[in-house]
Amino acid sequence: MASFKPTKIQVYPKLGEKVTQDTLYWKNYKAPVQIKEFGAVTNIDFSPVAPHNFAVTAFTRIHIYGPFSQEPVKSFTRFKDTAYCGRFRSDGQLLAAGCEDSVVRLFDVSGKVALRMFKGHTKAVHVTDFTSDRYQIVTGSDDYTCRLWDIPNATELSTYQEHTDYIRCGVTSKLNRDLFITGSYDHTLKVFDARVDKSVMTMDHGQPVESLLLYPSEGLLVSAGGRYVKVWDLLKGGQPLVSLKNHHKTVTCLSLSSNGQRLLSGSLDRHVKVYNTTNYKVVHNFDYAASILSLALAPDDESIVVGMTNGILSMKHRKSPEEAKETSGQPRRRPSYRVFVKGKNYVPKQDDYLVSKPVKQHLAKYDKQLKKFNVSKALDTALESWTRLRKPEITVAVVKELDRRGTLKNALAGRDEQGLSQLLNFLIGNLVDPRFAPVLVTAAEMILDIYQTVIGQSPVVDRQLLRLQELLEKEIDYQRDLLEVLGMLDTLFASSLPKKEVPCSVFLGGGNNCFRWG
Amino acid sequence: MVEHGDIRVVHRGGSKINFREPVITNDSSFLLCASGECVKVFSTSTEECIHDLRGHTDLVTGVLLKPSNHLQVYSCSADGTVRLWDFTDGILIKVQLDSCIVFAFTVPHPTLSVMHLLTKGKDEKLFQLVAVHLPQSGDQLVEARELSAVLSDVSSNPAAITIGRGGEYFASAKGLQLEVYFFRKQKSYRFSLKEGNKKGGRNTFTCVACHPKDDCIATGHEDGKIRLWRNFNHKKEYTYTTLHWHHSAVSSLRFTPEGTNLLSGGVESVLVQWRYNQESQRDFLPRLGAAITHITISPDGALFCTSHSDNKITIIQSCVKVSAVIQGLVKGESVRTDLMVDPRSKAMVLNGKPGHLQFYSLQRDKLLYNLDIVQQEYIHESGLQQFEVVKAAFDASGNWLATVEERKQKAAELELNLKLWEFDEQTQSFVLNTTISAPHEAQITAMCFCHAADSQTTMLVSTSKDGHFKAWQLATPARPSWSCDFVGAYHGLVPKCCCFSADGSLLAVSFQEVVTVWSPSSWELLTTLSQPPGAIRDLCFGRLSCSKYLLGTTASNLLCCWNLLTCSCKTNCILEHLHGHQPAAVFVFKPSEPRPLFSHKAVCSGKVTRAVFAPREDMLESCEESSQWLNCSQLYFLTQYMDLMTFITKAEEDRLMASSKQLVIDDSVAMTPFYLLLGKHRQQQQENQDTLSTLSAERTPLPQGSVAIKELLQTPAHVLPSTSFLCSMFVQSLLISESKHAEEEMESEKEEEDSEGEMESSTSRPREASLAGHATETAALALTKAQARELRRVKKLDHSWLSGLLDS
Repeated sequence: MASFKPTKIQVYPKLGEKVTQDTLYWKNYKAPVQIKEFGAVTNIDFSPVAPHNFAVTAFTRIHIYGPFSQEPVKSFTRFKDTAYCGRFRSDGQLLAAGCEDSVVRLFDVSGKVALRMFKGHTKAVHVTDFTSDRYQIVTGSDDYTCRLWDIPNATELSTYQEHTDYIRCGVTSKLNRDLFITGSYDHTLKVFDARVDKSVMTMDHGQPVESLLLYPSEGLLVSAGGRYVKVWDLLKGGQPLVSLKNHHKTVTCLSLSSNGQRLLSGSLDRHVKVYNTTNYKVVHNFDYAASILSLALAPDDESIVVGMTNGILSMKHRKSPEEAKETSGQPRRRPSYRVFVKGKNYVPKQDDYLVSKPVKQHLAKYDKQLKKFNVSKALDTALESWTRLRKPEITVAVVKELDRRGTLKNALAGRDEQGLSQLLNFLIGNLVDPRFAPVLVTAAEMILDIYQTVIGQSPVVDRQLLRLQELLEKEIDYQRDLLEVLGMLDTLFASSLPKKEVPCSVFLGGGNNCFRWG
Repeated sequence: MVEHGDIRVVHRGGSKINFREPVITNDSSFLLCASGECVKVFSTSTEECIHDLRGHTDLVTGVLLKPSNHLQVYSCSADGTVRLWDFTDGILIKVQLDSCIVFAFTVPHPTLSVMHLLTKGKDEKLFQLVAVHLPQSGDQLVEARELSAVLSDVSSNPAAITIGRGGEYFASAKGLQLEVYFFRKQKSYRFSLKEGNKKGGRNTFTCVACHPKDDCIATGHEDGKIRLWRNFNHKKEYTYTTLHWHHSAVSSLRFTPEGTNLLSGGVESVLVQWRYNQESQRDFLPRLGAAITHITISPDGALFCTSHSDNKITIIQSCVKVSAVIQGLVKGESVRTDLMVDPRSKAMVLNGKPGHLQFYSLQRDKLLYNLDIVQQEYIHESGLQQFEVVKAAFDASGNWLATVEERKQKAAELELNLKLWEFDEQTQSFVLNTTISAPHEAQITAMCFCHAADSQTTMLVSTSKDGHFKAWQLATPARPSWSCDFVGAYHGLVPKCCCFSADGSLLAVSFQEVVTVWSPSSWELLTTLSQPPGAIRDLCFGRLSCSKYLLGTTASNLLCCWNLLTCSCKTNCILEHLHGHQPAAVFVFKPSEPRPLFSHKAVCSGKVTRAVFAPREDMLESCEESSQWLNCSQLYFLTQYMDLMTFITKAEEDRLMASSKQLVIDDSVAMTPFYLLLGKHRQQQQENQDTLSTLSAERTPLPQGSVAIKELLQTPAHVLPSTSFLCSMFVQSLLISESKHAEEEMESEKEEEDSEGEMESSTSRPREASLAGHATETAALALTKAQARELRRVKKLDHSWLSGLLDS
């Protein structure tokens, strides 16, 4: 009795994911540490001095975490209402934060009580930042104004009322103590100079601006708003350089990697994308569980900290070099070798009587069903979403096997609307794939034969059938074009060959790459 | 035209073993089955063929154990004879002549000394069941005249006739009618079924089985149903129950000897075991390989045995577990791959089971193994298009095997796969290396490996109906795999065949009437050759001394030979003139000569479809000019009716006969301590005799003695009579009269070979048989001198237990 021969899954040349330096670099983080905050995490800021603590602004508190601690090393809780934008001064000694109650507070990192309170705004303050001379604070508020404050005196130095909507983001220049930039919901970015009482440059982002970022060289400015991330050249007078549209929801935060080579953007679509700053292509992508509101990278990219709308703070720390080696060598810890060879390396003695144990053949689920001639069930198994999407070659192999057994029609028939639309979805996805087309065309014909009587009864199925038709027409056009090109190439090859005395026609080819429609 | 008297055509193995159901002996150690013109005796444990029972002159149509003697077996044949054999040592006991052709036996009647035979009636159309009384006489030839027809108009299928419980009745089914004939009442009842039911099931009977203990008849039907008939000794009140599992016709049904189980089989190749009276409980043995044609159960019920349509017998233990498989040469409808010879094992290779390539040893008449090419589950259903192996090719060293499988459906495109297999030294079998799906857009017409042994690259060329030929090359030596190297075409013509020259420097590809010659190193078209009219059918380069010739056959019955040095057609041979419209002729040519070296007309009925030269294991030393071409290889050919035949010379035939005799004797001697002891001394003794005797002793004399000695030496000690009784008998057997002794010594050599001659074929050599009869009589009376001396020597040796036995 021969054993059942399982369905042969055709092995196709693997296209696969390209492993680049970037994927290796950005994958080299440990599993994230997640901390639940009291509310949505709106801002994260790293201290510029070692040990690079970071301030997390969430609801009415600001927590300061150490680089490896999972408990806050310090909390600032003296807010009357929701706190915003807790930021460190460049020496890491002071921390400024806005608040819903329009008061800007300045804290000593080691203290508890606010050192200064800057009162003057009439609405919530969402933006605070220190200027590079360390003695002034820039704030932006929902009252459409941005103000400059003197820290020692706690006095307002100047007010700029140029925006026409809430100001939700802003940065100060690290090189020039007088320059700062704000972004507003009125779609504009404005560059202010403290020496003049007006903005010196205005750029139109086109969407409410959510986040701003200055390159270390400060020649380029990155703004995020709506689904767009835009890069502006400040040296050319605010000329737009690139507009990136890689997210499918509002981009909320921006960050730059330590060497300035990579730009990260977080969005409400729960993704963090990493761009190469020379060609602005996405080189890596992180997925998170909830919409992202804030994002920060530790110096030297030692950790990525992301705050989300559901109050979760996710910290990923970079693996140490020895850890990285370990994991790449052994991805999963498996039972030791001894477990597998237990009892198997026993050498029988000469007069031992051997009792052989039958080796159980392992069959995939669809093979088990095929073995029992349950053709419909086997097709259902092969059409399960994981198989269908990740390994379409398995589904196609099962369809082929059913066709070979002459029972494909039975397996395809008797499906309800859901089952049929699943089938059609699969066909739409894979019919024009040259690897699968010969098999799936037969199946598609059978489906049309079986279900032609029910066409018009379900809008879902009808829409899918129309899409299928469209797809096929497009594919036929492509093939026609391809054949034309092939014909042209043949002519070229034929004319380039030297004439020989022996009349013969030869053309070279590597195989039959051309795929024809039957 | 040369006819050669000393070369004749013989059948060479590969005969059917599934023609009639086999028979298992009472002790379940042997299996007897009709195979062509002989009855083969297989061992059920080792699967080996122990010996053939030869003697019939036509197809053997039935084998049956003799009910009264479990060591004897009847066989009937289409030559009109019934023979009785002693199957353990293969000696023919009785020949019974019949007046008409016998088609099959039925199950023997347990009480009457009557044999029932299936024969053709007088009007030559209807089959009838005939009873023959066995005459009780000791003659070798018996004429049976008392033929009495029991049932007329029965089915030609022996499975549709059976004998009932205790021999009370016969059940016979034909068409839609079941007939039960009661011996005692001399009366028959007929039960009919309707043509078919509304679901389209066909009720035609296919087979019948009777319960051994119960009044119950099981019948199998065309639509896969099994009906169990009861109460059939009344015309009106009969009942039946229906069992349905098979999806197509039930081909065989059997009850186990105790009647507890019913076995059924059919096209599905699943053996189904039904519990009698608890039919919902079934055991299955699936995937037996091919459709079941017969089921046999050993008399003790310990072994089942199924015959399959792919010329196979499977032996199954009663716990529904396969214990042995006896596989014959599989001959499908056609040999689509040509006959080939595996350069490594020298086995003949052709397509066999669906999707497999079979390796068949010509010397041993044994199927070595099946190579699974398609590697897909075979669905046993008629009318299903499955993958078939259509082309295969070996390279010169046997390291690579290329196969093409195709599947053509009505609607869909042609599915083609080219597979390349590498020989694995460790597992000693071919391992799949590369699969190229859709290598061409249309069917592949020919395939050929480059034969050059010293070349660095291995190359394969395939030609296809899509008008291209492609060269495939083994690339990347680190992990070898095959890829396309060159695609060539010639004026859009369809290439038919291709061939590499012996040194691999030239490739010839034929495009209809034109042969193109290419250089495989640069892929330049060197020259074109043509010989219109008629498209080229086959191409072949000469070898060794004839390597400058390219041979081709055309559709207009022309054999062309081109000299490649001058590019001119050297010889033309119009075959039609030679054989004058006679089919089935074989010609053998030398490439350099226009006249055939050898020709043989009417070698077989029908056409000769394929032929192959198979190398011999040892060179034949033939000095005759005419049969020199058979010296280092043998020509095997396949006829239209799938008979495998070969040419054989007289000298070789004699040699084969002799060696086959020896084999039989070797098997009949048990390996007892006595044998080992005797055999050793025998060899020494034979050396002495060689120097003495003038007779040339080519064969080793084998231990052969009187019946008494033999019995004494071979019977287990615990069943022997008391030693005191034995001794006197033993000593008496040693007493030989002087006069006889002298004569005996002279004949001792001759006797040994001739007494075997009788067992082999007494009818073909009647003169020797009579002589042998004389010799055995003398042997029965006395020991040879050599054996007497042997025994004395044994006595002298330190075998105290033995001497004790002999002296007491």
